[in-house]
Amino acid sequence: MSDKILEVEHLKKYFKTPRGMLHAVDDVSFSIERGKTLGVVGESGCGKSTTGRAILRLIEPSSGTVRFEGKDITSLSSREMRKMRKDMQIIFQDPFSSLDPRKTVNQIISEPIIGNKLIRDKNKLEERVLELMDTVGLAERLINTYPHELDGGRRQRIGIARALAIEPKFIVCDEPVSALDVSIQAQILNLLQELQQNLGLTYMFVTHDLAVVNHFSDDIAVMYLGQIVEKAPSEELFEHPLHPYTQALLSAIPVAEAGKKMERILLQGEISSPIDPQDECRFAKRCNRKCEECAKGCPSLREVRPGHFVACHLAEAE
Amino acid sequence: MLLILSLENKGYGMEEKTLLEIKDLEIQFEVDGDVIRAVNGVSISLKAGETLGLVGETGAGKTTTALAAMHLVPDPPGIIRNGTILLNGRDVMKLTSKELEKIRGKEISMIFQDPMTSLNPVFTVGQQIAESIRYHEGLNREEALKKAGEVLEMVGIPASRANEYPHQFSGGMRQRVVIAIALACSPQVLIADEPTTALDVTIQAQVLELMRELKDRQQMAMIMITHDLGIVAEICDKVAVMYAGRIIEEGTLEEVFNHTLHPYTEGLFNSLPDVRNRKAKLKPITGLMPDPANLPEGCAFAPRCSYATEACRKIQPPLIERRNGHFVACAAYEDPSFHIERKEKA
Repeated sequence: MSDKILEVEHLKKYFKTPRGMLHAVDDVSFSIERGKTLGVVGESGCGKSTTGRAILRLIEPSSGTVRFEGKDITSLSSREMRKMRKDMQIIFQDPFSSLDPRKTVNQIISEPIIGNKLIRDKNKLEERVLELMDTVGLAERLINTYPHELDGGRRQRIGIARALAIEPKFIVCDEPVSALDVSIQAQILNLLQELQQNLGLTYMFVTHDLAVVNHFSDDIAVMYLGQIVEKAPSEELFEHPLHPYTQALLSAIPVAEAGKKMERILLQGEISSPIDPQDECRFAKRCNRKCEECAKGCPSLREVRPGHFVACHLAEAE
Repeated sequence: MLLILSLENKGYGMEEKTLLEIKDLEIQFEVDGDVIRAVNGVSISLKAGETLGLVGETGAGKTTTALAAMHLVPDPPGIIRNGTILLNGRDVMKLTSKELEKIRGKEISMIFQDPMTSLNPVFTVGQQIAESIRYHEGLNREEALKKAGEVLEMVGIPASRANEYPHQFSGGMRQRVVIAIALACSPQVLIADEPTTALDVTIQAQVLELMRELKDRQQMAMIMITHDLGIVAEICDKVAVMYAGRIIEEGTLEEVFNHTLHPYTEGLFNSLPDVRNRKAKLKPITGLMPDPANLPEGCAFAPRCSYATEACRKIQPPLIERRNGHFVACAAYEDPSFHIERKEKA
């Protein structure tokens, strides 16, 4: 039997704007098995980060349920939710703005430990902080430095140590490496992978970088305008992408090989407005395969191959 | 049809002419008594129709080198310690600011990294494009605006949107506007500083396609500054890899990608997740780039290099041609049997 740590059903997050309702996340359902990684990819504005935050209730979902280890957390009070967050943490995208500039590394990492009253003894607390710093590869001598004294890679390591401090089971990684240089990016990705193996963590990995998500995830969900348009195991998705958007996305990755001219599917136009979208396929305006069917209603996610879901009227199990 | 006015084939018939020649460029910044050695002896030459990929990580000196080519390094704190920059045979550093105004935008032009901050929010995009057209081509306001519309069409934006302000455009569109401004007067040399970093992949693909088309049509010489080796493979003919203010490897795209010589370049390739082999473990380069205010004595990469010897830490290796047209700055190649681990591609 599969052990689902997180189940998300019909999650919606709408924002009120002067021009109408902005459908940031529009009826998203998925689940993640314990110890696995779900990669969520999509372009800016597709709702991937909002989904991550709504799951942790850092922003309140408009509707839908989120079950963590079988327990519905959408109805918890903020007190109960705070306890819940001991098991659910997040690593933010920007290591420059997600750390308090007036706190030392020591203070930043120990804050969640103190807040959750895990360790009261001062000496033990410092021991724990040093242990965490060691886990994420930060030198001991940095314990009293401030974030501005450190480079992006080290700051991101602080963010990871802070998330790990209270031994969570599940971490939302919101573009944790996109602000970093490639050589540093690889260091952080390897670190996250080691931590997963050693601590049995479950990740939801939000990114726009397809090469990274492929390397990192067991399953991948592709989002477009607030909806999941395709979801499959990583290998399956890269080998048999079925949704026209996924196909275009995959073909757009520049490959670092000389003399390799890729067959490109060039999309026309850009993501349309997520404000009050009409009941039609949201990708139809940019799609090179659209038919009459597409204007008639928004296609729902259906399983066309084992474990491979796609929301497109035309997709068949090729 | 819309291109007839704006884009005569400027470089046609002069493929062999060197347009931009940078020699032994050294740039330092003096901040609070510290001397930051940003660029330490960089030479670049660029012919019409060529595209050079300038690759490296944050702080490698790519952008500073490019700014110097347009004489835009802020002074103070920036000081050009040494070197010459010849654009069409003229020394850029000896020109007066009047003369510089004449060549910027016309002979050499630059696309800046961030489309959000490089446009002026209080002018319409049409006005911003027309500004350089009026200046360089001596057209009146109306003619210049008309031509600005044509340039907009060229980058795939309807001319009717010329009267809109930057905030009314999406990120991808704004980057097209920035490209349109840079290309408005058909420059001979275009410097593109991470032109697609702020964009999504599908939009990036559109913009790269557009730049390739324009480059082919105008025989423009281009320096593409990027940290993305995928983009280099996509659009460049030549590659120069920078590390700590120096070019450490240089050659044709084919040479540098398939017969990589420098351990740092190898490290960059090993850090990239392979789209085709998801199980392959990443091999990051350990450590960090040295502080440019405190560069080590010998090879700047030696502290991070797994092949480094004692000698590497003492002597700065010169850029030497080791294969046909393929230069590398690595002392390890003094030993003819030395090779890096990365397999050569057939």
